[in-house]
Amino acid sequence: MRYYDRLVFELSKPGRVGFSLPDASEGLAALSGIDSRLMRSVPARLPEVTEVDVVRHYTNLSQMNFGVDTGFYPLGSCTMKYNPKVNEEISGVFADVHPLQPESTLKGVKTVYDCLGKSLSAITGMKKFTFLPCAGAHGELTGLMLIREYHLRRGDTARTKVIVPDSAHGTNPASAAVCGLEIVQVKSDASGLVDVESLKPLLGPDVAAIMMTNPNTLGLFESNIKSIASMVHEAGALLYYDGANMNPLVGVARPGDMGFDVMHLNLHKTFSTPHGGGGPGSGPVGVGEKLVDVVDSQKVSGFHGNFAVMLRALAYILMLGRQNVGMVGRLSTLNANYIKESLKDSFKLPIPSVCKHEFVFDGLADDGSDGGSRPGASTLDVAKRLLDFGFHAPTIYFPLLFHQAIMIEPTETESLETMDAFIDVMHKIAEEAKKDPEVLRSAPHTTPVGRPDETAAARNPILKYSFE
Amino acid sequence: MSNIKEGLLYSESHEWVYVDGNVAIIGVSDFAQEEMGDITYVDVPCAVDDVVKAGEDFGALESVKASSDLYSPVSGTVVAVNAALDANPAAINEDPYGAWIIKIEMSDTSELDSLLKPAAYAQIAK
Amino acid sequence: MGAFSYFPATPSDIELMLRRIGVKSLDDLYSDVPGDFMFGGEYDLPAAMTEQQVRDFFKSLAGADPKLKVFAGAGAYDHYTPSVIPYVTSRSEFLTAYTPYQCEISQGTLRYVFEWQTMICELTGLDVANASMYDGPTAAAEAVRMCVASARRRSTVVVSSLLLPQVLEVVGTYAKWGGVNIKVAGDVAGAVSEYADDLAGVIVPGIDRYGRIVDLSGIADAAHKAGALMVEYCDPSALAVLKTPAEWGADVAVGDGQSLGIPLNYGGPYVGFMACRSEHMRKLPGRIVGESRDSEGRRCYVLTLQAREQHIRREKATSNICSNESLMALWCTVYLSLMGPEGMKRVNALCHERSHMLYRELLSTGLFEEAFPGADFIKEFALRPLVSSDTLQQALLKAGYFAALKVDGEDLVTFCATEKRTVEEIEGLVKAVCSLKEDRK
Repeated sequence: MRYYDRLVFELSKPGRVGFSLPDASEGLAALSGIDSRLMRSVPARLPEVTEVDVVRHYTNLSQMNFGVDTGFYPLGSCTMKYNPKVNEEISGVFADVHPLQPESTLKGVKTVYDCLGKSLSAITGMKKFTFLPCAGAHGELTGLMLIREYHLRRGDTARTKVIVPDSAHGTNPASAAVCGLEIVQVKSDASGLVDVESLKPLLGPDVAAIMMTNPNTLGLFESNIKSIASMVHEAGALLYYDGANMNPLVGVARPGDMGFDVMHLNLHKTFSTPHGGGGPGSGPVGVGEKLVDVVDSQKVSGFHGNFAVMLRALAYILMLGRQNVGMVGRLSTLNANYIKESLKDSFKLPIPSVCKHEFVFDGLADDGSDGGSRPGASTLDVAKRLLDFGFHAPTIYFPLLFHQAIMIEPTETESLETMDAFIDVMHKIAEEAKKDPEVLRSAPHTTPVGRPDETAAARNPILKYSFE
Repeated sequence: MSNIKEGLLYSESHEWVYVDGNVAIIGVSDFAQEEMGDITYVDVPCAVDDVVKAGEDFGALESVKASSDLYSPVSGTVVAVNAALDANPAAINEDPYGAWIIKIEMSDTSELDSLLKPAAYAQIAK
Repeated sequence: MGAFSYFPATPSDIELMLRRIGVKSLDDLYSDVPGDFMFGGEYDLPAAMTEQQVRDFFKSLAGADPKLKVFAGAGAYDHYTPSVIPYVTSRSEFLTAYTPYQCEISQGTLRYVFEWQTMICELTGLDVANASMYDGPTAAAEAVRMCVASARRRSTVVVSSLLLPQVLEVVGTYAKWGGVNIKVAGDVAGAVSEYADDLAGVIVPGIDRYGRIVDLSGIADAAHKAGALMVEYCDPSALAVLKTPAEWGADVAVGDGQSLGIPLNYGGPYVGFMACRSEHMRKLPGRIVGESRDSEGRRCYVLTLQAREQHIRREKATSNICSNESLMALWCTVYLSLMGPEGMKRVNALCHERSHMLYRELLSTGLFEEAFPGADFIKEFALRPLVSSDTLQQALLKAGYFAALKVDGEDLVTFCATEKRTVEEIEGLVKAVCSLKEDRK
């Protein structure tokens, strides 16, 4: 990767164009005939560049980026698995279909929704899906809306609270708040699981649902799920499943069978669609029998959801088929446990039990500090140092239960050789920390840019290009 | 060891109170600013004449990677908000006991009794 | 199970790893899952296909439906997509990256988001834009939430009934659960004074559901007088020529970037955008990229103002959004770079030319009446058909055109013609309309 310091605006030269459009003199004359009160007074300062300028500029920008295709991306809770290329190839087959076309012209489109819905139901044990949500957090919000709608339709208006474990993704409480629910937090016990004894007194006639991530963000399966489900249902509340961590259960176990009533999936995690540097994703929401009547009741996006993302997910499912689906979860779990066991001497492992697709270290076993003037290396420093060795960093400082959290998720698409190379580097970094933590503290050294001044960026925000 | 200024009262959530007659002048302790690191923004959505209750949040401090709610140690009516912190949030890092955040005219001065004296606060600010 | 191209683990790799972990089988890794939850049977999924079969499957699906020339809009516009865009956006460094948390190896993503933010500010005239939202309607719903958050203790938002129906619906869905009191009004100014005491915001379209350019004079003043914010829902393509939200006095602008060269794709992925005046910057939802310097003093870009966001503020965040539509923002950024000020003007001029030609020719068939005589429009318009709208749409479908969208609850249909529609296609559509005339005889 090399540093390239241009913005497209800086390539601009008056008189250059990058478009190829027919003559429009008649239209231009007509435009100027529109009442000037309705027209803008100065043109937008868009760049004036040629096609070749644009291609080189964005190619250069892309070369400062790291993707799954570049290398190992063990970002915990993000399931950065390989994105198959046939997915991309077929994703444009419906590019020219307008979202408001009548059903009679949409046989192919309908087949896609049917096939995908049935496949997701088979994998999750849910009865029916809505595909409107465009991302995981959007799915959570939609799922909570469905839960509120369900209670309201039963005439139960008192259920205004939602229980969220302290290990939950930040989106859980945020989605609940956007949905107008009050958040009640339930503690984790010493083994990292939802504390059943603490949960009991929280369940009452005012609770709409509990949101659970299973396996949770520590990568641990909530093995008390059966008793939790019956407690929650007895109290008249519903169980929501945060599908961000569905990958280890694909082909192994189904949330629907565990008593979950509503769940979302992240097609851009579990079903191999590319993350695109922060979207587009797709967050379909599935419901069990009880909520089948309400599943389509919430209009949460403009048309029919991110259809071209669904096409990719369906292509992946068809490639997997019933023959291969069983290995998705198992291999992702195998890989995570392999890395955990291989690194547990160099990093603090707060919860030693078998993990699922991901696990959490609590920083370096020895951070190299001498207790006095020499500061040690933090989790941030480990993450930054990894970049020097050509690996993406794991998720850091999440979950919040551990101060130096390092959350590693390899996924099933990584080879033993890739993981061994990562393990070697992690050991090496741990050794470096012991000897000279400053090497870590000043990392990265080989990336296009070094550590940014984030404080200055937040105190005096510069959020757009200054043309002056 | 963080600096705990004498002559102030402290809350368990690390706010300090300087009592000026009926008005409580409120900021955050040296310990709190140290824990937060570089403060990037002081978010105080309430305005003069707003009523606040002891223990309720009246805003938050933001750093690059964290946000920490500010809790009012007393009940009363807001009489001033330190607008200078908008442009210079770093003042809290530089001089936590000089950079007051909000002034509240107290409705119940007996609430001060439940706040901590410097020696007691020193026990939790570590 | 045989080897599979997405799974690198060989049987001997699996053996080796199991030994390192100290368990005997893969299922031993699931010993904490209650036995009856381990799925025993065969999954009810199709049999695995080869790549060739997958290709053929999707090709046959697409082939099952007619290829239509689109003369409809209503929030999804068939603009031309330059070939550079799919080429650039499919570069795997952009496509397969996550959200740019590690800025040192994400400068590509961070820079294009910064460019996108700048372009959205240029189009809207406003000060600050975010990294994108899911789509236009959800951006509008978030803008409504932003009005209420800014207003403190006021919860009414007046929403123009002239907005696209899907915008009204999504805004309504979010508002219902979020405790926002929505008043849908035809007479926005009247509603503003009626609800002034509890008014947090007003949301109006720059182009209405009939395609008309709306004169927004006076809305901002009225909203501000009541202590509320003005939000404009706009078409970013048309903003290249139309009065900007900033010029109308709006505080917030939202809309859908789809009209910036994103293919129809049966409704998604598209991309929402959101911009505001700088005083509301801290209330903006979503990711925001800012400029900074690295340890060597080099210009670099970072995610900033993150303390607003869900991963830090949790239930007190401005929104729950995290993944947005980053790659589609890149799509639009590349589009706007290629088009430049001249190209955007030309796109609008061509839309104007083609749609007005269609308008005139449809009227001349004698099968339509004007719905809004004298109204200004860029690419979309409404007419009152003198034949049944269903018959009309069916006849056009048969001839290969998707057009004449029925306006819900009214005796109107809308048409849209972008720069992509040729004179020949317009003539073909009109001919198909004329055939109805003969039927009628």
